[in-house]
Amino acid sequence: MLQRLVPFLLIATMVAFAVAPVLILRAPYESTMGLVQKIFYFHAPAGIVMFLAAFVCGINSARFLFRRSVRADHLALAAAELTVLLGTIVLVTGPLWARKAWGVWWTWDPRLTLSLLLWMMFGAYLLVRRYGGPGAEKLAAAVGIFGMCNVPFVYISVNVWRTLHPKTTVVPSLGPGLREPFWFCVVAFLLLFTLLLALRVRLAEQQAALDARYLELADRAPASAPGAVS
Amino acid sequence: MFARTAWTIFRKDVVVEVRSRELVATTMFFALSAVIVFAVALVREGRVVADAAAGILWIAIAFAGTLALGRTFERERYTDTLRALLLAPAPRAAVYVGKLLGVVAVLLLVELLLVPLVALLFDAALLRRPALLVGLLVAGTIGFASVGTLFAAMLVRARSRDVLLPVLLYPITIPVIIAGVRGTAAILQPVPDEPMATFWLMLLAAFDTVFVTVALWTFDPLMTD
Repeated sequence: MLQRLVPFLLIATMVAFAVAPVLILRAPYESTMGLVQKIFYFHAPAGIVMFLAAFVCGINSARFLFRRSVRADHLALAAAELTVLLGTIVLVTGPLWARKAWGVWWTWDPRLTLSLLLWMMFGAYLLVRRYGGPGAEKLAAAVGIFGMCNVPFVYISVNVWRTLHPKTTVVPSLGPGLREPFWFCVVAFLLLFTLLLALRVRLAEQQAALDARYLELADRAPASAPGAVS
Repeated sequence: MFARTAWTIFRKDVVVEVRSRELVATTMFFALSAVIVFAVALVREGRVVADAAAGILWIAIAFAGTLALGRTFERERYTDTLRALLLAPAPRAAVYVGKLLGVVAVLLLVELLLVPLVALLFDAALLRRPALLVGLLVAGTIGFASVGTLFAAMLVRARSRDVLLPVLLYPITIPVIIAGVRGTAAILQPVPDEPMATFWLMLLAAFDTVFVTVALWTFDPLMTD
């Protein structure tokens, strides 16, 4: 079903990302931060969709492990890659903003720490899949499930750890005129996420099909004479 | 049946360990060397940086724990006894619990040496609230080992298992490290901050409950080929 939506998703995503800069340009300047605040329209939606991607990966990892659904495994892999991709966007745009707004590239703010750790957990997921050898999908599924269960613990622990110190967080409360482009960007990132997820799942399915075909041929090979032209 | 299987596996690990003393000896020595390395980095003009003792203690535990986890399963792989354990007509989850108890026992032994050592070397009043400290250490060790035992068991068959274990373990056990370090630091305050230490102890208890449950739940499908 997801695959049939790909052309529509592609058009919708392209339109959304073409319109988004115009809306962001037209939005009024935020009173204290001015121009820098505009990075927020891409930064925060990427962060929100990153968390969504992490949960998609965790839930599909569980489905793969308990129901043995190969499709769930493809979805989990795609979602993990997107978590890392969106996390990279968040971790690049965040410090750019922080440098201008707070004067430092990085602070150990709860939300920053949580994003970094989430990025690391799903980076570990991809490392396991890549270098784990045979049976790595299951191993990675466990990382996905544990990573998902870990989110509330990381959130609580970094929050309490940091509240012992003065905070430098500037969380802008969204006024009218700022709100609309923000939610538009959230939708744009959701569309992008769904599109990339669908494409990545298709790629994984085709890879699996190719591997199966290859194995089939390899099984058949000894039967024919060595060097025979088929 | 479940408890007896877990107990049998735990006793087997203890017997192997008592005969060779390999794990306890190497892990303790490694923890000691880790403490020395941190002392070099964090002691200035003969005094340790504030709160560093708590961090040194927990990082040494985490490093030593990774080593111990890798070794216990390396032993099973070397003699190919993990297959035998998994083939045994017993619930798989009981195998997990037995191995977990073994790892926790080794780590608690190491901590028995580590705590007085850190207290002495860094002039830290760790033993001022012994009950809270023991609570933090036991809960933290169980949390660390619950995730670690599952991953180490899974990684037995994987390539590059030595590198992958810490790569997986540290990001996921970060809440344990934060809670352990902050809880211990709360005890080390000039006036021990008991409510804070208790909060971290509760967080560790919640972490243990969730992750032991998830591990018991996933161990069976994970270890099935």
